[in-house]
Amino acid sequence: MEPIVLTYQVDGEDFSAAGEASSSVKKTLKQLGFSPDVIRRVAIAMYEGEINMVIHADGGEARVEITQSTICIILADKGPGIKDINLAMQEGYSTAPEEVRNLGFGAGMGLPNIKKYSDELKIDTELGVGTTLTILINT
Amino acid sequence: MMNVHELAKACGFTYFSGANAEARPVCGAYCCDLLSWVIGRAGDEDALVTVMSNTNVMAVAVMADLPCVILSEGVKPDERALEKAIENDIIVLSSPDPTYATAVKIYEVLKSV
Ligand SMILES: Nc1ncnc2c1ncn2[C@@H]1O[C@H](COP(=O)(O)OP(=O)(O)O)[C@@H](O)[C@H]1O
Ligand SMILES: [Mg+2]
Repeated sequence: MEPIVLTYQVDGEDFSAAGEASSSVKKTLKQLGFSPDVIRRVAIAMYEGEINMVIHADGGEARVEITQSTICIILADKGPGIKDINLAMQEGYSTAPEEVRNLGFGAGMGLPNIKKYSDELKIDTELGVGTTLTILINT
Repeated sequence: MMNVHELAKACGFTYFSGANAEARPVCGAYCCDLLSWVIGRAGDEDALVTVMSNTNVMAVAVMADLPCVILSEGVKPDERALEKAIENDIIVLSSPDPTYATAVKIYEVLKSV
């Protein structure tokens, strides 16, 4: 199978619409016949990353590279960056604002969830420049 | 194994939206209003019991592939949430009881099969 590449702009404005890119990837993977378990892991990991770009970085870009054996999700934003990655990776740590918490997010579980459901997670971040997450899921 | 329609009927839950409820198996429930907990911990055959009724709940149900969302306390989904549910074939049920009582009902019914 030729690698398939999907790209999306993730809008930072509309928190309640967040998840459109993940939703579209999910549909594509289903059409391509990937297993429900793989699709679920990709959808969850990508959704958490997408939500993070919306909450913490005013949006960004998503790129998904699909081959038979791996699905690679690259989420790049030009947000504030992450000061302390070890802290950010801890369950329960969150800097999310109150209005996001009221909608059910901001429990500080997003990055730990991404780690849990992926096979590899790389975080490149620089304060004031942005953050790029590279998430790898083996099929 | 039970499907969502059988569970809804046995527990007396009513439908806000329901596509193919007979085709969705349900084995348990996960009760929480914090969506990242739901996404990280709910199993793919767990009904979600929550009082959260916004569009993000529906997105989580899609991503985590949950069989249904059960809104407890008689909570109604907001308009955009219901639209999103219908668009994505998510079954949304209503329970008049609080989350705990709703979960106990589900437990009793699932245990009996
Ligand atoms: N793309 C990002 N840009 C800047 N900061 C981020 C980004 N993603 C995560 N963070 C930081 O890491 C923390 C933990 O993230 P996460 O585990 O997803 O929890 P939550 O999003 O619920 O706060 C966030 O509160 C935020 O401070
Ligand atoms: Mg998050």
